[in-house]
Parts: sequence; C-alpha cells; structure tokens
Amino acid sequence: MAVDVATEIEAVIGLEVHAQLLTKSKMFCRCSADYLKGGPNTHTCPVCLGLPGALPVINRRAVELTIRTALALNSEIPEFSKFDRKNYFYPDLPKGYQISQYDLPLSRNGHLQVETGSGGLRVGITRVHLEEDTGKLTHTGAIHTSEASLVDLNRAGVPLMEIVSEPDMRSADEAREYMQRLRQVLVWIGVSDGNMEEGSLRCDANVSVRMAGSAELGVKVEVKNMNSFRAVHAALEYEIERQQAALAAGEEIVQETRGWIEDKSLTVSQRSKEYAHDYRYFPEPDLPPLNISREEVERIRASLPELPAERAARFREDLGLSAYDAEQVTAGIELADYFEAVVNGLGNDHAKEAVNWVIGEVNRVLKQRNIGPDALRLRPDGLVALIQQKLNGTISNNQAKELFGQLTLGGELEVQNISSNAGHGADAVASLIKQSGVRQVSDAGELEAWVDAAITAQPQAAEDVRAGNERAIGRLVGEVMKLSGGKASGPAVNAMIQEKLRT
Amino acid sequence: MSVRSAHLDASIADLATRLAGGEVTARQLAEESLARIDARDKPLGAFLRTTPEQALAAADAADAAIKAGIAGPLAGIPMAVKDVLVTEGVETTAGSKILAGFRPPYTATTVRRALGAGALPMGKTNCDEFAMGSSTENSAYGPVHNPWDLGRVPGGSSGGSAVAVAAGETTFALGSDTGGSIRQPAALTGCVGLKPTYGRTSRYGLIAFASSLDHVGTFTRTVADAATVLAAIAGHDAMDSTSAERPVEGMAAGLAEGIRGLRLGVPKEYFVEGMEPGVEAAVKTALDQLEKEGAELIDISLPHTDYGVATYYIIAPAEASSNLARMDGVRFGHSAPDARTVTEQYARARAEGFGAEVKRRIMIGTYALSSGYYDAYYVKAQKVRTLIKQDFDAAFEKVDAIVSATSPTVAFPLGAKTQDPLAMYLNDVLTIPADLAGVPGISVPCGFSEDLPVGLQVIGPSWREDIVFRVAAAYESLNDWGSRVPTALAGAV
Amino acid sequence: MPFLVHGLNYNPHPMKLTIDEVRHVANLARLGLSDDELEAMASQLSTILEYIDKLEEIDTAAIPPTAQVGELADVMQEDEVGPSLPQEAALANAPAREDGYFRVAAIQE
Ligand SMILES: [Mg+2]
Ligand SMILES: [Zn+2]
Repeated sequence: MAVDVATEIEAVIGLEVHAQLLTKSKMFCRCSADYLKGGPNTHTCPVCLGLPGALPVINRRAVELTIRTALALNSEIPEFSKFDRKNYFYPDLPKGYQISQYDLPLSRNGHLQVETGSGGLRVGITRVHLEEDTGKLTHTGAIHTSEASLVDLNRAGVPLMEIVSEPDMRSADEAREYMQRLRQVLVWIGVSDGNMEEGSLRCDANVSVRMAGSAELGVKVEVKNMNSFRAVHAALEYEIERQQAALAAGEEIVQETRGWIEDKSLTVSQRSKEYAHDYRYFPEPDLPPLNISREEVERIRASLPELPAERAARFREDLGLSAYDAEQVTAGIELADYFEAVVNGLGNDHAKEAVNWVIGEVNRVLKQRNIGPDALRLRPDGLVALIQQKLNGTISNNQAKELFGQLTLGGELEVQNISSNAGHGADAVASLIKQSGVRQVSDAGELEAWVDAAITAQPQAAEDVRAGNERAIGRLVGEVMKLSGGKASGPAVNAMIQEKLRT
Repeated sequence: MSVRSAHLDASIADLATRLAGGEVTARQLAEESLARIDARDKPLGAFLRTTPEQALAAADAADAAIKAGIAGPLAGIPMAVKDVLVTEGVETTAGSKILAGFRPPYTATTVRRALGAGALPMGKTNCDEFAMGSSTENSAYGPVHNPWDLGRVPGGSSGGSAVAVAAGETTFALGSDTGGSIRQPAALTGCVGLKPTYGRTSRYGLIAFASSLDHVGTFTRTVADAATVLAAIAGHDAMDSTSAERPVEGMAAGLAEGIRGLRLGVPKEYFVEGMEPGVEAAVKTALDQLEKEGAELIDISLPHTDYGVATYYIIAPAEASSNLARMDGVRFGHSAPDARTVTEQYARARAEGFGAEVKRRIMIGTYALSSGYYDAYYVKAQKVRTLIKQDFDAAFEKVDAIVSATSPTVAFPLGAKTQDPLAMYLNDVLTIPADLAGVPGISVPCGFSEDLPVGLQVIGPSWREDIVFRVAAAYESLNDWGSRVPTALAGAV
Repeated sequence: MPFLVHGLNYNPHPMKLTIDEVRHVANLARLGLSDDELEAMASQLSTILEYIDKLEEIDTAAIPPTAQVGELADVMQEDEVGPSLPQEAALANAPAREDGYFRVAAIQE
C-alpha cells in the first residue's frame, strides 16, 4: 500500500515536562536544594538518603509554587490533594519509591496558548503535580559496558514539578514552540530557572502517528533525554519520520521508550514492553492529605504577575509595538519591566526608540556578561536620561552607545565616582557626560571648518549634491563624522551642507 | 557485686523515690541492670547487644541531675530499646541480617526523648525481623525465650523488650505495635504493654513496617509506669507528619480514681473460637472483679472483628513491600558486591538479607498493589478498615472503654506455628483491630492459665489513654499478679 | 470464627497463584527466589490469599477507603535550609564507595 507520508500520516505529540522548583530546601527534608554546590553526597540527611526510620515532611513553598504554576497555566486547583508512592527500583532512587502524586494531583485541566506559524494553538494541560527528583548516576564508562555506576544523592529529593500536556501537538515545530512558551512562563513567574542544559527543566515526549483525520491514537512511543529546545525539535522530527516510515511500510510500531542520542542524531530503544514497569502506586501513608483552601488559591492567584502573553498584547495595543518587538521585549519579566520603565520615562511616543535600545544594546550587554536586567549597572532611569540626551541632540547616537557601554560594563572610566551601589541612574549619566566631555558639536563655527574640509575632500559628492542628488549628502556627512571623530551633530551637519551647496 | 536486686524488680515510681532519697544511685541501677542481663539473658536472648558505656555515662549524668534537683521523669531508670528504633552510632538491625552492621547517624525521636528524660540505655532488644511476627522466632539472630517457660515463645514481635522487663533486666522498654506487637508479648510474658493512639508517639526513627499501622509504645511493670514513660516520649514531632499536636498532660490523672460508673464494653466477637479455656476463665474473672468495683459491663458488638486479620494482611504487607524497598544494599546493609548488574545485585542482596517471613509479606504486599489486583485487594482492605474503625466509633458512643483478652492463647511452644504462617497471623486477632482503627490499647497481667501469664486488654477511644490507664490501673490494684517471679528465673540470680 | 485453620501446606484446591505469577511478583520486588522457594511461595501465598478472600463477603460498594487513621491534613514545613550530614557520615554505612560516591554494579536494563 502506497501512502503519501507527508500529507496522509499525522503525528500526535504530548509533552511531559519536569521542572525543579526554586526552593531553598528539598521537597521532604531541609537539606539545601542547591545540589550542584559542594562535593557528591554533601547535601543529604537520613530523609533524602532513604535511611531506615526517616520520614518526609512537605515543603510548603514547593506546594505554593506548584499552585502558582497551575494558575498561570489556567488550571483548576482541586480542594483535596494527596501524595502517593510510585514504586520502582533504581540506584538513584534511595527509598525504592518516589513520592509523587497519582490520582489527586494539585491541579488539572489547564491550557497554554502557543503561537505557531499557522496561527494560535491552545495546548491542553492535563495536570500539574508535585514530586521529588532522583539522585544522579555517573557511569564508569559507557552505560552498557560499564562495570559500575556511582551514585550522588545531592539532587535526590529536590522538589520537582511535572507538567503533563494533552496530545495536542502535531509537529516538532509545535512541540518546540510549546516548550519555549512553557519555559517562558515558568521563568517569568519565578518557579524555575528554566535551565535545560543543567537539567533543571527536562522534557519527555509521547509520540504516535496515525492516518490524518483518524480519531484513534496510534501506538505511543516515549522519547527521553532531550536537553535543549534544539534537541526537542530534532528528536521529534527524527521520531516522527521513523514512525511515518514504519507505518508507510506496514511495519508495526512497538510501544517503548526511546532515548535521543544527541551526537548521533537518532533515537534508540531503551526498554521494550516486556520490561514495562508496574509502579504499584498507593497513597503515601507518611503524609497527611492536603486541603487547599479557596482563600489560599486566591492569595496565590493575586500574587501572580501579568503573564508574558498578556503583557505582549498590552504593549502591542498601548504602545503600537509590532508583534515581533512585543515578543522580544517580553522575553523575560525583568526585561519587560526594564523596557516598561524606559518607555514610561521617555513617553509612549518614543516606544520604538526604547524597543531598539532594549533589544539592541541592552540585550547585547546582558548576553555578553551573562546577567539578567536586574544586574545591569545602568538603571532604566539612567537609560532614559541617556536616550533623552541623544534625542535632544546633546550627544550623538554613537556617543550614546559608547556611553551606554561604559555605563554598563564599567571599568575604563572611573565609574565608581559617579555611581551608587544601586546602579547608574539619571544623575550618573549626567555627570558622566559632563566629566567625560562627550557631547555632540552643533556649534556653527566648529562645524564649518569640518564641512568645508569635507567638501574639498569629496568634490564629486559636492557636485552631485549641487546637481540635486539628495543621496550624495550622506557621503559628505560621513566625511564630516570621520573628521570630527563622530562628535559633529548629524542634523546640524546636514543642514549646513544643504545650506552651503543648494543655495 | 550481688545481682539480687530489689531495685530491678521495682517500678519506676518506686525507683524515683529511692533515687531522690539517695537510697540508690543511677550508677548502681545501671550496674545492677548490666549484671542481671549478664546473669540472666543467655537462656532468654532478649538483648541483641548491650551498651554499657552509654548506660553508665547516662547514669552519671542522671546522678548529677538528681543531685542538682533537675532530674527528668525517667532519670536513672534502666531502659531497653527494641531494635527497630534507630540509635545513633549503635548498630540497629531490626532483627534482620540485611541490616547487620548498620550504624544509624541519628536517633529515633522517642528514644531521644526517653534519654532526655534521664533514662539509661542498657541495650537493643531482639525482635521478629522488621517486626513481622507474633513469636519473635523470625529474628535473624535467634529466638527469644519466655521466662515463664524457656520452651515457649514470648510473643512478638517485641519479644525481647517484653522479656527484658518481665525478667527484671530493665525497668521499662520501648517497643512497637503494628498488629499487636507490644500488647501480645506483654500478655504472654506477664508485664504491662501499652500501644498509644496513632499519632501520639513519633515514628521518626522507627524502622517502618507498615506506616499507617506502626505505633511506638512501652513495656513496664505497672500501669502508672506506662503513663510516666508515655508522657516522657509522646507529643508532637515536626519530623513525623503524622504526629499529632495533642497535649500529653493529664494522661495519668485518673489512675487512682477507680472505675465506679464507667461503662465497659465486652465485645462478643472477642471471645473467639479457639480461645483457650484458661484464658477465657481468667478474663471472665477479671470482668467480674471490674463489675464489683462499680463498672457497668455492657455487651457490645464489633461486627467486623472477624475481618481484621484479612484486612491487616493486605494493608500491612502492601505498605511493608514499599517500606522495605530501601533495603537495597546501596547506601547501607547487606549487599552482593560481586553481582554483574545492579538488578542482580538487588535481587541477591534482598534474597540473602531477608528471612522467609519478610519475603512472604513483601510478596503478598507487592502482589496486592500490582496492576490488576489493587482494587480487589488493597482498596477492598482499605474499605473494610473503614468499617472496623466505624465499629469502634459506634461502640464508644455507648461505652467508655472496651475490655477483652489480649491474646486468645497463652505462650505457645517454640516452633509450634512456624510452619503455618496463617495460624501465626490469627494469633493477633484480638489486637489487630485497635491498630487498624488507631485507638489506644493496653495489656495488663490477668492471672495465669497453666502457670503461664494471661493478659487483659483495655481499649479506649482515640486520645483517651487516660481512660485506658484508669481502667487498667483499677484492675491492677485488685490483684498482685506482678509480684510472681517468672518460673524460669526462680532461683536465678 | 477464623481461629482454627488448616496448615498452609495442606491445600487441596488448585492454587490461586501460578509459579509464573509468583516469579513476576518476585521480579517486581527484586527478590531472587530459587525454584524451590518460588514453588513454596506459590502454595503459601495461595493459602493466605484464599483466607483473605473472606473480605469478599462484605459489600463495600458504598464504603470510602481509609488510608490513614490520623485526623491531620496540611502538615507542612517552611522552606528553610537546615543542616545536612557530613559526606563521611552519609557514606559511612555504604557497602561500596568510591571518591565520595556510593558504588553499585553496572546498570543494564
Ligand atoms: Mg514524574
Ligand atoms: Zn535531606
């Protein structure tokens, strides 16, 4: 049977995302959750080592952060929830069971709106629940040939939130877009650091294929070990193609778990069906259930910030930003706050100017120094002052950028003299401009010498301008800038050239 | 030094007076206890290990505290601790080979509180492996023998703690009760065994058998002593999420009040088929005595009693199968270091480390939780548990306390039931329901049948240990069963 | 009344559990049982489960399950870091260790 793979077979994808929560202590004990610090097995206690007799105690903050997430994902918070034990043996699981949630998770029935190339997609969120992370294994050699594995339990018991989506995605593109959106929200509301490389945010996918239009789901394959957005995309593309080819060839697709092998760019079967786990879930007898009061839910809901999608929409409507610009300045909540403070200082009319600075200079420095906007030395009011100096012609665009560099990187100039610990504000910008003597020259006497020299140096350009060729002015202005070391005011130079050559 | 010690046969209350009056020192008590263990324990096997250094150091501290007038309620009192309670730096095995050599880095809350109250830690006592058993024959370290007849079992699983007190090796002991493991051995060895309300005593540091059923409790010579020890070890513990924030004061308030006007329920289902005539006779005599003292005896029914054992033998093994999963030979305990794969390492470590009864229960529990059987077994048992709890709720609408035999039989010969697990399970028919419901129960000596001790069980509503103590103390005051010396010790030093 | 029962080894009925089922459960529980042990276990577990089947006599359709008898709910602790064990104490009971890690045999699925 010949099947047109591309058009007749569709993929069905659901994602299970695990995110470590930004708590100080672990989920069920008070060991530090900062598991990367210190040597192996230095963040453990009887509880997270799973020693005989030790008992768990729920971390209140972890519950709050999970509810916070669920609310940001438009989910229902049931009044009654509980923890269960998921039983399986693995050396990174000290108790031989993971405390998780089975039939009464902290939340259900949410959704996340995702923008895709072909418009909006609403991805259902089946559930958000809370569990504990496992320890870390190091294999002394390749996993299948190694003689031994080494176990570090620093990570064991770190609060882990699991977000399960409905099988609402139909392509690798959609899955990646969902994952990016989800990460944006998690970081935005302060529950996760979103670091996929370090594994604090992890993604597993359930993938199946079926004839387009069919209501039934095909055999589900679980894909694991995707450590970046790129990997999510590549692994799903690979897996979809593999399944499509199998289906087209009339082969049976086996229900299994497959791991993404990054350096080989393929998925490999990890466990076949006969090893299917029987997790023997049952209610965790060591933990009383949770009654989530409506007051508590409303308190947490009220503490949520305006979410990125809402904020981008507001920027589009109120400030007239393009969809692209609005997207860029709402990449993170700190950036959006920074941007909004700059716009507020400059006035809405200068929103585009603020966008250009924030997605240009600000983002460049943040990336360069690997810091967040809150750690930027130049405060929004400082940037406002700087931009205003440029807008009123006191300094040129290039000078403004150079000053921005000094104000953010620090060092060369004696920045300490003009700064406070809280960062550089408007005062600092004013004193820096004064102290450094940087300003734009628009004094006619000074300008005239440079303009005359430029006309002498570029006679052909001068001739072209005289002949009415507007565009030739640029060459003369450029020459003036070169001669003045960028200090000359562009508009003033322009006006003087016009005056000298066109009258 | 003489090991004939009136002190070691006395109650905590008496010893506290003698210690305060300078009649005896804590150090003397520690030494006498060690000497008694030395002289008596070989044929009994109550102790897995003694801790003389810790005991003597605690004794010196207690003597100093007594002198300074800042002594705690258990200052200078020799204590034995069941080996399911972890003790920092002291090997703790739960009677299992799989934990041989395990030295915990922390101490169970109840033990810590007893030590904080001045108790002297004499050592760790033998028990059924992971508290699974009713005869203490399931210990990997050999059985415990009943001081009333060395050929008989002491009951279980806390057989070692029961015998330590019954044989006068220590003044009190800590144990755990999941299906009767304190009350039944107390009955079979002739001492007082208390299982408090679920949540009254912290389980932190109690090596879990069945988390929703495990209770830490006490073995003492008198009911008043049980109240004293309970007050010292009970109360909220932030490390145990199931521990209640209930006040512990006043539990001993009614000890001397008598029982005039109290309504005592006598459940017809607790006179089970197979109850030994001598046991039944002793309990009926006790009931007559209580009635004469002014209690009102009321016939009641706990209709689901007959299902208690079946319910228990799903829930307890299910939880146990999960609780014992941590015994994998990775972080502690017996391992199979030459295994080629980790799966083989687990299977061998656990096969070699666990005894037959533990394996049996892990298997039942794993099966009951496994896919396709969960509803039929586990959920079904949880529902029947609800009915059993409701039986008690209904009964306590009509009566203040329930009185019955603790065990349908006296101590049975070693080996009598080891080949018949179900017969062994059924020995706990009268104690299991209180564990399933979480209500407090006590066993007090109630005479003898064929020269072996019989126990009277008093069960109260949740959080009403005071009533349990009051009824038990009233009965205790009418007799003098505690003064009889165990047969096997007659003539012993 | 349940008290007098037959011994486990006397079992005239076909067993409730087959050897294969017992082997599967032993595998789930990571208990390496010999063939003899599997056989004995099948017989003993069958007898115990037959006894447990008496629960079927009760109609529990309208009865809620009891998982815990405590009256508690919402027991939580604040998110504050407390002390951890020193590495040496964490590893002190390990049957095998290496460079600060617990060591286990190779992982092969
Ligand atoms: Mg999970
Ligand atoms: Zn910990």
